[in-house]
Amino acid sequence: MTTLAQPRLRIDWLGIAFAILLSAAIILPLLVVATWAFTEVWRYPNVIPQQFGLRFWGATLNRSDVWSALTLSLQLSTVVTLLSAAICLPAAYAFARLSFPGRSILFFSFLAGHAFPKFGLLIAIAAIFLQLNLIGTFWGVVLIQLVGTLLFMIWIPVAAFQGVDRRMEEAARDVGASPLRVFWSITLPQAGPTIAAAVLLSFVGTFYETEGAWLIGAPGIRTMPVLMISFINNQMVVQYGAVLSLILWVPSFIALMFARRVIGGGAFARGFGG
Amino acid sequence: MSVLNISNVSKVFPGGTVAVDNFSLEVADGELVCLLGPSGSGKSTLLRMVGGFEEPSSGLITIDGEDITHLPAEKRPTGMVFQSHALWTHMNVFKNLAFGLKLRRLPADEIKRRVEGVLELVGLGGYGTRHVTQLSGGQQQRVALARSLVLEPKILLLDEPFASLDQHLRERLREEVRDIQQRLKITTLFVTHGQDEALSMADRVVVMRDGKIEQADRPDVVYREPRTPFVAGFIGTMNLLEGTVANGVFNRAGFSFPLPVADGPAILAIRPEALDLAAVSENGQAKVHRVTDYGTHGLVDLELPDATRLKASVAHPDMFKTGQSVALTPRAIAAYRDHALIHKS
Repeated sequence: MTTLAQPRLRIDWLGIAFAILLSAAIILPLLVVATWAFTEVWRYPNVIPQQFGLRFWGATLNRSDVWSALTLSLQLSTVVTLLSAAICLPAAYAFARLSFPGRSILFFSFLAGHAFPKFGLLIAIAAIFLQLNLIGTFWGVVLIQLVGTLLFMIWIPVAAFQGVDRRMEEAARDVGASPLRVFWSITLPQAGPTIAAAVLLSFVGTFYETEGAWLIGAPGIRTMPVLMISFINNQMVVQYGAVLSLILWVPSFIALMFARRVIGGGAFARGFGG
Repeated sequence: MSVLNISNVSKVFPGGTVAVDNFSLEVADGELVCLLGPSGSGKSTLLRMVGGFEEPSSGLITIDGEDITHLPAEKRPTGMVFQSHALWTHMNVFKNLAFGLKLRRLPADEIKRRVEGVLELVGLGGYGTRHVTQLSGGQQQRVALARSLVLEPKILLLDEPFASLDQHLRERLREEVRDIQQRLKITTLFVTHGQDEALSMADRVVVMRDGKIEQADRPDVVYREPRTPFVAGFIGTMNLLEGTVANGVFNRAGFSFPLPVADGPAILAIRPEALDLAAVSENGQAKVHRVTDYGTHGLVDLELPDATRLKASVAHPDMFKTGQSVALTPRAIAAYRDHALIHKS
């Protein structure tokens, strides 16, 4: 039997309510911070600032410590991400494609760094670094931040490599491609979007990493987030913090745009086994 | 053009499983040979050894007399079509086909000419710019075939290429593949577990079991003269009756048939279409268990007194009904003892 009645399009009010609530929870604080960054005078009980202006932008951007922190942060994130990719991607390929003794124990050991309270771990590491004269050095911070990226850079690419159909690789061998060529032309492009997601996550994650950078890097190494903490702690001018946090949005904004263009939402989900 | 020779090839997997056991086969120039067998019979492993994806534990594989046993896959003049098509989903159809040609450093216009030619051949002219994920299952498998053919391999290897397609499409594609194979006169080794596929396409069918050849013959010979009870049971529908021979008569649960062989155990093989039935009022050798009417013919399930089941193909199924007693008259039989044919009539 056939029915002519169209199934009525139901409006999912609950879903819409959740969406609005979530958006508000995310966007409202951002909006407040953004407003503060362009505010010169904003006194209670006004809802809108009395005076807008770029004075604090000038003041913030004229500080040399902001620029040196930004350069340092970018350098750190780049070095950590590249090192992490160089170490983790071959390791991830090995985890995905080879079997060796202790494979699963090693694999799960990468979770360990995230399974325990981080600060305690950091203090223990700091004690070791103190002996090695790594405290307050660039490479000390690189090392500690590298540890933080391992989980993303191993687990997500492993899933990506495992997701590549072996027959595709064999088919490439069959038409005459060497193993290296197969990896370059077939495996990597197939796993590429998901691996790009992992690289992005680890870059952004490293850029915003604070605890390790502060504990190991202080006082010689001041990254952007560390600088921001000192701004907030030492000066009761809200605008400095607001301007700085707006500057800090830039890398995540670029990363997001890049992610949308190159990856598409599916790759993140696939990386997490979704 | 090209002859494939496999001699005394064995494959033992690390766990000790013997997948292919001292296997020898020659595929003549332009011949299409089907490796047919149940899963685990070693047919795919054998094909993968020819393609260079598994290393033989021992033995020799040659193409036109040239030893390729230990060459890596990329150095072999073989082209393989995989079961899951294995097309590269990050490339369009043209790039999939051009990849191998580019590796051979052919000029761009030559690549274009050859890709377009092979697309015409598989009936997909003008599909070059399509993305492979936009194609239907049958089209994807055609592209996979084209990807192998465009490199003009000496030996074409097909690993259950139609397994993921529906029945209708499978039948059409196997005709197409057979046509193309005959037009190009390309030496082909084809793996399947579907007997229809093997019987309808192959010049020669090699029935495999436990890594060994059970029988290698023309399809009609394999069907009509299976040399072992395994082949008899594997190809087509076959009634296999285990019984004993005494004084020149085979006997199984009240069913007897003259069999002029030495006394001892025997397996009697009767095709359903070679088993005549006659309805009798009583004292028949079997009872009708079920009658299925297929329109063109009927199939009668029979039961011997010891509950052994037999099948008989009949022209007029309405003459029989469940519970009825019937007399059995086999028109043609084959008898086996110790896995070998001992008698045929």
